[in-house]
Amino acid sequence: MKTILSVQHLTVNLDGHSIIPDLCFELHGQDMLAIIGPNGSGKTVLLRTLLNLLPYQGKIEWVEGTRIGYVPQRVAADRQLPLSVRDLLNAKAHFLKLSQTDTERIVSLTSLTPELLNANIGVLSGGQFQKILIALALLGQPNVILFDEPTASLDELTEERVYELLHRLKEEHGIAVILVSHDLSIVYRNATAVLCIGKNGACFGSPKEVLTPEALEALYSAPPKYYQHLREHHGL
Amino acid sequence: MSWLTHTSAGYSVLLALLFAVAAGLVGSFGLMKRMLLAGDVISHVALPGLGLAFLLKINPLIGAATTLFLGTLLIWHLQKKTGLATENIIGVVFAASLGIGAAVTPNDDIIEALFGKNLAISLFGFLLGTLAAGFIIAAIWNLRDRLVLTLFSPDLAAVTGVNVSRVNLYFLLLFSLTILVGLRFMGSLLTGSLIILPAAIGRRLTNKMSHFLIASCLASTLSVGAGFLLNTTLVSQIWSRTLYRHGCSLIICDQPV
Repeated sequence: MKTILSVQHLTVNLDGHSIIPDLCFELHGQDMLAIIGPNGSGKTVLLRTLLNLLPYQGKIEWVEGTRIGYVPQRVAADRQLPLSVRDLLNAKAHFLKLSQTDTERIVSLTSLTPELLNANIGVLSGGQFQKILIALALLGQPNVILFDEPTASLDELTEERVYELLHRLKEEHGIAVILVSHDLSIVYRNATAVLCIGKNGACFGSPKEVLTPEALEALYSAPPKYYQHLREHHGL
Repeated sequence: MSWLTHTSAGYSVLLALLFAVAAGLVGSFGLMKRMLLAGDVISHVALPGLGLAFLLKINPLIGAATTLFLGTLLIWHLQKKTGLATENIIGVVFAASLGIGAAVTPNDDIIEALFGKNLAISLFGFLLGTLAAGFIIAAIWNLRDRLVLTLFSPDLAAVTGVNVSRVNLYFLLLFSLTILVGLRFMGSLLTGSLIILPAAIGRRLTNKMSHFLIASCLASTLSVGAGFLLNTTLVSQIWSRTLYRHGCSLIICDQPV
């Protein structure tokens, strides 16, 4: 498969602290790359660096024509803004010069109801807000989406729906996904490649190579709790 | 002579109403960026320029434009450099400007600097003002999607392709240009009020973006219209302007959310 992202010797230092030291990995078209690691290991920093939002040393090369969607862990948006969900989607659609049909397609794909579209962003629940962030990321037909713990504030049912959507995006729309997650069962079931970041360095490979009990114990400094059998029974 | 006076007054009223629309739009985005107080404050950045212009006997607007432009660039640069909130930086620049302005403005001219002066307006002045107000309205309209995306999340806006730093600079410059145009009619105190109060009224009336922009512009236009009416019929210039401030404040306090 075609390489769409190549990261070579990436180093990120913030406020004099080394957050990511000398990281190398690649992302191929239709890959679902999961980034795992304990809290504070630099997973969100890595995503923001890949998006060119933070200063870095080394090489980050996206293939030409890459369109990126981003679903952050949280958005510190002012909930007092006089802004409806429709206002927000329209702003992005107008900026990217998308047609009304493009917006309607995303509205349908993410199952946004008319009530939700007309709601002010200040009254949305955590799950609804996450859904809007996903819809916003999908506008503009991205071929790569970066998800930073997309289900952190969601109930189990909504979480399941988000992963179904992720899977559909990958399979039906050929979108590559980079996913930060703490849920190792989800990672094992969905990811095609895993990048682990921890205090003892980084590792990169297929889930079977990386998600071994020994490697996870070294990464988290604790015995792992995940269930490999789910892949066989509930493989999405 | 009387015809000329009427024409000039007509220009003033038309230009003021057009400016009110510009101030309503700029104020709306200023409110969403939590920069409303900055409207009052940035207008004071013009004071040192006004004071120096009075001292040097040159056109006060040239002085005001110079310090407003330099002050705006200083605010943008400091914000980018330090990462502090815009309001913090504006506060610092404001304090310095007010001090310098009060020190250099001759006593006789301080009222004009603060409250403005009703001057007869020439056709050239009218056309220039119309061009400036029209430019502000068109530019804000053109920037509105980028402003909305930046307001929601600077990170998401940047990933979408918006140059967030440039949008912030453009908005600050438009903000300052609005104040500069307003200084022609109202002085630094009331220009700030015209940016703050209509936007606050609009926000109290609605929750939707398009309605909010329209409500702010309407409140602004009605305020200016009522101000002209009061000024020419009932009360003195300074009293009508003071009444404007207090009247708008009462509307904001009385309206339900």
